[in-house]
Amino acid sequence: MNVLAYFASLDPMNFMGAIPGNVAQGLIWGIMALGVFITFRLLDFPDLTVDGSLATGGAVTVVLILAGIPSPLAIAVAVLAGVLAGLVTGLLHTALGIPGILAGILTQISLWSINLIILDGANKAVNVDKYSLIVSLRNVTESIIMVLIFAGIIISILYWYFGTEQGSAIRATGCNPNMSKAQGINIDNMKVLALCISNGLVALSGGLMAQYQGFADIKMGQGAIVIGLAAVIIGDVLGEAIFRKGMNFSIRLTFVVFGGIIYYLVIGLVMWLRMPTNMLKFLTAVIVAIFLAVPYLREKRKNSFATKSKREGQKNA
Amino acid sequence: MLDLYNVKKTFNLGTINEKQALSGIDFYLKEGDFVTVIGGNGAGKSTMLNAIAGVWPIDEGSISIEGVNVTALPEHKRAKYIGRVFQDPMMGTAADMGIEENLALAIRRGKSRTLRWGITKEERERFHEDLKILGLGLEDRMTSKVGLLSGGQRQALTLLMATIQKPKLLLLDEHTAALDPKTAANVLELSDKIVAEHNLTTMMITHNMSDAIHHGNRIIMMNQGKIILDISGEEKKKLTKADLLQKFSEVAGVSEETDEILLS
Repeated sequence: MNVLAYFASLDPMNFMGAIPGNVAQGLIWGIMALGVFITFRLLDFPDLTVDGSLATGGAVTVVLILAGIPSPLAIAVAVLAGVLAGLVTGLLHTALGIPGILAGILTQISLWSINLIILDGANKAVNVDKYSLIVSLRNVTESIIMVLIFAGIIISILYWYFGTEQGSAIRATGCNPNMSKAQGINIDNMKVLALCISNGLVALSGGLMAQYQGFADIKMGQGAIVIGLAAVIIGDVLGEAIFRKGMNFSIRLTFVVFGGIIYYLVIGLVMWLRMPTNMLKFLTAVIVAIFLAVPYLREKRKNSFATKSKREGQKNA
Repeated sequence: MLDLYNVKKTFNLGTINEKQALSGIDFYLKEGDFVTVIGGNGAGKSTMLNAIAGVWPIDEGSISIEGVNVTALPEHKRAKYIGRVFQDPMMGTAADMGIEENLALAIRRGKSRTLRWGITKEERERFHEDLKILGLGLEDRMTSKVGLLSGGQRQALTLLMATIQKPKLLLLDEHTAALDPKTAANVLELSDKIVAEHNLTTMMITHNMSDAIHHGNRIIMMNQGKIILDISGEEKKKLTKADLLQKFSEVAGVSEETDEILLS
């Protein structure tokens, strides 16, 4: 194939045209990433429940809307379902002593069956013409504004919550469980609480996503944890690059959502370059690996034996 | 004030590694007592402190603090009564959180964590004054992450955290062992100062015999999960290192040469 012809065939307008849609999707994933941020960064708990609870959020929302329940109320119930999923993972870990990563996997796998039951099948569509939805890809601009409002409110609430006594106790639990116990913090309760909040947010994101795309699908949560991690890490790296030491907690949260948007723009770029869509998950993994490696490699460049030996070599020469 | 009655603890029960770490400890501490705890490795010193702190449940016996039976209370509930400083300077503080945030966590020891703001303006002012006592200049960097502090600074901060809300009992588990001699001396001096100021009932484990002799009003020696020596008052004031070594060999029936290795 002629390389020039390939590039000539790419229409920049196509990419530009896809940006609003990508931003909307990225924002919705960004809300999920806030949930992942709570467990992964604050609690230091690799919670794999999210692949299941995201789809649960979508399934509950769609089924309830189809049953004639107003979409805001449907979303609220979906959040509760997510909280329940987090509660299960939390109790598996704290009350039954199952290692965190495995507790999440167990909940995730069981949610697959539960989601099939909720959906009564593998997927279910909800038509924006028949039902009033909060967001829909039929109206991208409005959707972006709507999700921005959601994200803004959630970030404000999280900023407030993790500044309270309880939120501080959760952060302390993630940072140093021994010290937390010595300071009278019930770390089991804090873990369960954080998992509930996290999965509530993930389900909220799932509910928004299902409405946006017009259907809930049993597979909609597949790989969600990796996308969430991607958003968290991209956000961290960018935030630190821009704000350096000045990055406070609200900026960190905001950048997690930005991370989601950037992730989706990159995906949009990949699609625009007409790379095979089968490779999407692979590319996601590559992106996450790169962003995870960047801080480590940068530190290593400053402070490693290899650099040391080079410098010593120059000195001796 | 602190009452240990026939406290027993065996680790790895029924396995080849079975070890009776505490073999029936009876121990009573008066309010305001400052007792130093010495003994060789594996004598049960840290195990006794962990039993009191509730790190795990004991097998037999009972523990009460100021008449409250705490035997069945988990660690985080006993924290209401107990301030602790650990041997590892990393263990007593949350590295990713600020100095003032750590203190704010500590001042709420034993209280339920509500949805009120995690740190108030009055507390900040109080922390500023309290940090001055440490003499490390930490009062000027209250929002700095604790992870940026040195081991000595972290240990001094942990000490402040353990006592900022007056504990019924202060447990110091070899809290200067990981520090260089000069920093260790500073932290120890600070401990003395804080204990005296608040008249705290204190237990301090140390491997340094002269520290054990020169601090506190009472000294106990442990061996094989038992308290084998308990000296207080005038007798303790006159105590010398040689006395201690001799007493140890008398009670434990080991030659003095090995004692030196065990205890210093």
